[in-house]
Amino acid sequence: MPVVTYRDALTQALREELQRDDRVFLMGEEVAQYNGAYKVSKGLLDEFGPMRIVDTPITELGFAGVGVGAAMVGLRPIVEFMTWNFALLAIDEVVNAAAKMLYMSGGQYKMPMVFRGPNGAALQLAAQHSQAWESWLAHIPGLKVCTPGTPADAKGLLKSAIRDDNPVVFLEGEMLYNTKGEVPEGEHIVPLGVADLKREGDHCSVITHGKMVLVAMKVADDLAKEGINLDVVDLRTVRPMDVEAIARSVQKTNRAVVLEEGWEVCGMGSQVVDFIQRECFDDLDAPVLRVHQEDVPMPYAKNLERAAKPDAGKAVAAIKKVMYLD
Amino acid sequence: MEALSPTMEEGRLVKWNKNEGDPVATGDVLAEVETDKAVMELVARGDGVLRKRLANEGDASPVGTLLAVIGTADENIDSIVGASAPAAGSAPVAQSAAPKAPEQSQGEASTPPQQQAAAPAASAAPSAPRAAAPPRPAAPPPRPAAPPPPKGNGARPGATAAPGGRQRSSPLARRLATEKGIQLGGIQGSGPGGRIVKRDIENAKATGGAGRSAAAERLAAEGDFKDVPLTQIRKTIARRLSESNGPVPTFFLTSEYDVTRAAEFRTQLIEMGEQYKVSFNDIVIKAVALALAEHPEVNAHWLTDKIRHFNRVHVAMAVAVEDGLITPVLFDADRLSLWEISEKARDLAKRARDRKLMPEEYTGATFTVSNLGMFGIDQFTAIINPPEAGILAIGGSEERPVVIDGSLEIRQRMRVTMSCDHRVIDGATGAKFLQTLKRYVENPLTLVI
Repeated sequence: MPVVTYRDALTQALREELQRDDRVFLMGEEVAQYNGAYKVSKGLLDEFGPMRIVDTPITELGFAGVGVGAAMVGLRPIVEFMTWNFALLAIDEVVNAAAKMLYMSGGQYKMPMVFRGPNGAALQLAAQHSQAWESWLAHIPGLKVCTPGTPADAKGLLKSAIRDDNPVVFLEGEMLYNTKGEVPEGEHIVPLGVADLKREGDHCSVITHGKMVLVAMKVADDLAKEGINLDVVDLRTVRPMDVEAIARSVQKTNRAVVLEEGWEVCGMGSQVVDFIQRECFDDLDAPVLRVHQEDVPMPYAKNLERAAKPDAGKAVAAIKKVMYLD
Repeated sequence: MEALSPTMEEGRLVKWNKNEGDPVATGDVLAEVETDKAVMELVARGDGVLRKRLANEGDASPVGTLLAVIGTADENIDSIVGASAPAAGSAPVAQSAAPKAPEQSQGEASTPPQQQAAAPAASAAPSAPRAAAPPRPAAPPPRPAAPPPPKGNGARPGATAAPGGRQRSSPLARRLATEKGIQLGGIQGSGPGGRIVKRDIENAKATGGAGRSAAAERLAAEGDFKDVPLTQIRKTIARRLSESNGPVPTFFLTSEYDVTRAAEFRTQLIEMGEQYKVSFNDIVIKAVALALAEHPEVNAHWLTDKIRHFNRVHVAMAVAVEDGLITPVLFDADRLSLWEISEKARDLAKRARDRKLMPEEYTGATFTVSNLGMFGIDQFTAIINPPEAGILAIGGSEERPVVIDGSLEIRQRMRVTMSCDHRVIDGATGAKFLQTLKRYVENPLTLVI
């Protein structure tokens, strides 16, 4: 199986879906002539032309609204935000238009569109440009939220998202674009709402998604040397959430750590822990712990930024604590 | 927990008379304790400050259990409290802080403290050894000798006893303990704050006993019963009589009822037509069901650690089958009409003989009736079907001479004998139930109004 980057996997998905269905088009800032701020749309303008790969002005609310309108009349727009931090300017179209349209039109208007772009902290981009938005967006009924952590999942989930008749929020990891992994060629579909057991072990569940999947896998490698085997559940889609996969894992290991990139309060982990305490109460041998960003705006200073981010060391400490090994 | 009577094996802490932080002098009443015989005073055997209470009001603890710590106001008691963390498990009575020559009459010698080092053998994982605190010496140290403060991870505040001495355990540990029939009480928890966790259950030996009560708990839905905690006197009765008379200490109460009117009543019904025909047994079952509804203390199960009084009445009737007997159940028999009882009883008896009963049709009874009257038996005793607390043996009815108001009369009479589990039912309790039953049987119109 070819090894490709997360970025190229996304490009593959876009190209294949643009070829497959001529109602699909991509628009956003710098997506066409510049090949995308992160080069995800590289070569697509040449192949599909300016009617399908559309450069927009720097007007997030405006072009997100154009996307909503296009979806209402039967096209399948893909709206790229240069980062999800900029998507705040367009949030009314995402939350109040796209997410509500099917419901408020009494089912008359489907909303087959994708909002995509990089999410989460990179390196030293400071407080305004280092944010993980998935818990905000997953809060909204009407939206589906994908958080792929590997190239193969990025490709398979993006193809599913484009084919879905509902608005899908697609959160790419800014630090993941250059990561590599095996990606099946051609038709590779990952259904929305299905988690993936990235690693099997029976000592402790680590439930995670997005960029933190890589951290979890590293921790699993490290702890395996100490004889601790982690069950790493990659949610892949945080809404709808594959709660059965969570239950299967926790029933096996009897303890869990939830690892996420965003902040603690009302984070994705809160939702996971709520499910576990309700449905797996009698399976728990220890309280579920969460690992997340510290409850502060992301610092710019390198050392403070490192201290604020969730990382392998914090994950290991939490895992040992729920295993009563600390 | 001091032995406050020669036969006392455990005591229930009824009431604390001192709060944590209160000054205490030798002879002060610390608490009231219910023993197997009476409520007694637990007095202080040393001077100081009541630093920590480790038992809650209402908790029962074996003699020798650490209930409280008296020390000087600023003394570090972590190692004493920590060593006994899970609900004051098995550590001996401890009084630190140089008590004035306490009389060591009991307690101290009984059980050496279980150090936690013994616990997590299975977790060979990378963990610092827990047994930081040295074993408690058998006698109090001669000097104030506060134990050295625990070092490293031993100093965590969570490593002391749970508040109020409640035993902590993980949900999984509780479930596993129930499944394996393990009592949590005897287990030393190795988790934070003495929490009993999975590995502690895996390391513990099964003691048996819990499986059966778990099955019994499924018998009735919430609200259909009332659980009665065992008082000390109840426990003593249960223990002593079981030793004397086998696992179900049974006694028998016999009563003779005048069933002349019941017989006339049945004759009248038969004369009204085939559809009104009921058996004598149906009449007795209906009367028993109504009487049970008035006496939940007889309509009860013995569940080893408690007694369950049922609000609903499910009467089993013994039916002879080819190679034994089976007891199909008339559920909610007190709410069934006489005719419904008659119809259901006939159907159940027929299907019992045909071996067509489903398991749910012969389990779940709260009381059983056995009738051998049709075989010409005028009186017999029946054997209790645990966990039910009683069974009623019905003899045949026959004409007998009786003295009524000074003159001899011939009346229809019937003898019943109730077998009672003495752990649940006392003589007077059973007798009162038989009086109620007599009222119903002798006044058959009460069965149809």
